[in-house]
Amino acid sequence: MRFSLLCLTLLCSFAVVAEEPSQDRQAELKNLLKHDCGSCHGLTLKGGLGPSLLATDLHNKSAEFLIATIQNGRKDTAMPPWKTFLSIDETRWLVQHLKNSP
Amino acid sequence: MRFTTLLACLLVSQVILAELRGTGDLGLIIEREPAAVQIINTSTQKTLSHIADLGDLSHASVVYSRDARYAFIFGRDGGLSKIDLLKDKIDQRIIQAGNSIGGAISQDGKLIAVSNYTPGGVKIFSSETLDLIADIPAIYANNKRSKVVGLVDAPGQKFIFSLFDANEIWVVDLNAVTKPKIQKFTNIGKQPYDALLSPDGRYYIAGLFADNGLALLDLWSPEKGVKRILPNYGKQDEKLPVYKMPHLEGWAAAGNLMFIPAIGQHEVLVIEQSTWQLIKRIPVLGQPVFVMARPDGRQVWVNFAFPDNSHLQIIDVKDLSIEKHLQPGKAVLHMEFTPRGEHVWVSARDDNHVLVYDTQNFKELARLPAKKPSGIFFSNRAHKMGL
Ligand code: HEC
Repeated sequence: MRFSLLCLTLLCSFAVVAEEPSQDRQAELKNLLKHDCGSCHGLTLKGGLGPSLLATDLHNKSAEFLIATIQNGRKDTAMPPWKTFLSIDETRWLVQHLKNSP
Repeated sequence: MRFTTLLACLLVSQVILAELRGTGDLGLIIEREPAAVQIINTSTQKTLSHIADLGDLSHASVVYSRDARYAFIFGRDGGLSKIDLLKDKIDQRIIQAGNSIGGAISQDGKLIAVSNYTPGGVKIFSSETLDLIADIPAIYANNKRSKVVGLVDAPGQKFIFSLFDANEIWVVDLNAVTKPKIQKFTNIGKQPYDALLSPDGRYYIAGLFADNGLALLDLWSPEKGVKRILPNYGKQDEKLPVYKMPHLEGWAAAGNLMFIPAIGQHEVLVIEQSTWQLIKRIPVLGQPVFVMARPDGRQVWVNFAFPDNSHLQIIDVKDLSIEKHLQPGKAVLHMEFTPRGEHVWVSARDDNHVLVYDTQNFKELARLPAKKPSGIFFSNRAHKMGL
């Protein structure tokens, strides 16, 4: 577990190297996740109108797939596209944050 | 015996005297992040107390007992909490489901209904003891369970709600408490996301997320079924992405007019109630979430979804135009009028405050600190149908 987490962190740090959002932006993103995503996915992300975004429920979905969902939304569902507000790097950071949250 | 009773009375009355108060001008502010509520007084514009440990309060809503002493809070995590406004404490609290969205209190005040996402359905509790009285799973098709939205109370000891995944409206008659009679209306339109009841309790209207128009049920003539109103509305327009589901609450009715948020559009729709025709689309600066009429119906206040959620616009009902634009703070989530509408309380989540405005001159009267405030609910809701 520890080990895979380490791997993940390593991997993700490879992918993002210079592109990690700033500390301030990370705080903003966490607030967005909690409240604006939370209005559909629940404040604790356990699910609401949209499905749960807890790590245990996302672990078998690829980061790329989730990033695409967040960037583009899903047609004919209530999931809206966020690309006007979130860059790809920010979205990747969010997805890693979701997948790594206990 | 006599003596001890007397003594007890004396003691008790002394305790009560110390904090004697009415509840008619009280209310609750939901503090989302600490999962707490503030009990506030709308006459003094002060916070009276804080009550903590209420679970996940995102999307929390509140109804009041008919004596307006108790508030029932419906939390996202399925928590149902009964707050004693006189004692400033939790009277009872249960976790009744995994994921819930709202609630209502029955016409006679004896039943509390809660609508749940998981497991999808409605549960009915005694308002006195919070004991479970009836469980109504929202089952459709081949044994699937639907998320339930738009739950309201209605005359005749009824609750009405909509099934988001099943495209149905159910009317539940609870005159025989343990044997609910359910009338189901199917194919009412795709994905009802919320609903409202007219103040006279006659019309139930559900907004449709994935369909055009709105679903209307006339409770005076349920045999006529659910009909679609504004069936052509939004057909030709490209729908914008929706970042927050609008709320259909508070029938903004003035004379014969009704105001509702257009989903996926920067518009408030004005509908003429006798014909159910759209008479005007008022352009506003974002996607409306709450469209609420001041109790006298002269003004309609509108807040917005992300990313326009730091604004409020006020419509003058006399000429259906925007009269005022306010910026109360970051992430304006909710507003609540005092019972006769001279003031409105507005929560700004990301600025951690609640503002009180004079609705005549739009002056800011007070500013109360609150942690991530969301819903604001005053005790005069105790005597209103369909909230
Ligand atoms: C207006 C409601 C709404 C908002 C706001 C919203 N979502 Fe969603 N989201 C949904 C719905 C509904 C689905 C399920 C779509 C489907 O049926 O496939 C979903 C699906 C997802 C999924 C895919 C989950 C999976 O298991 O496949 C992810 C990831 C996601 N949302 C992330 C987010 C993030 C991050 C935000 C905030 C930036 C957000 N959502 C805001 C409604 C919403």
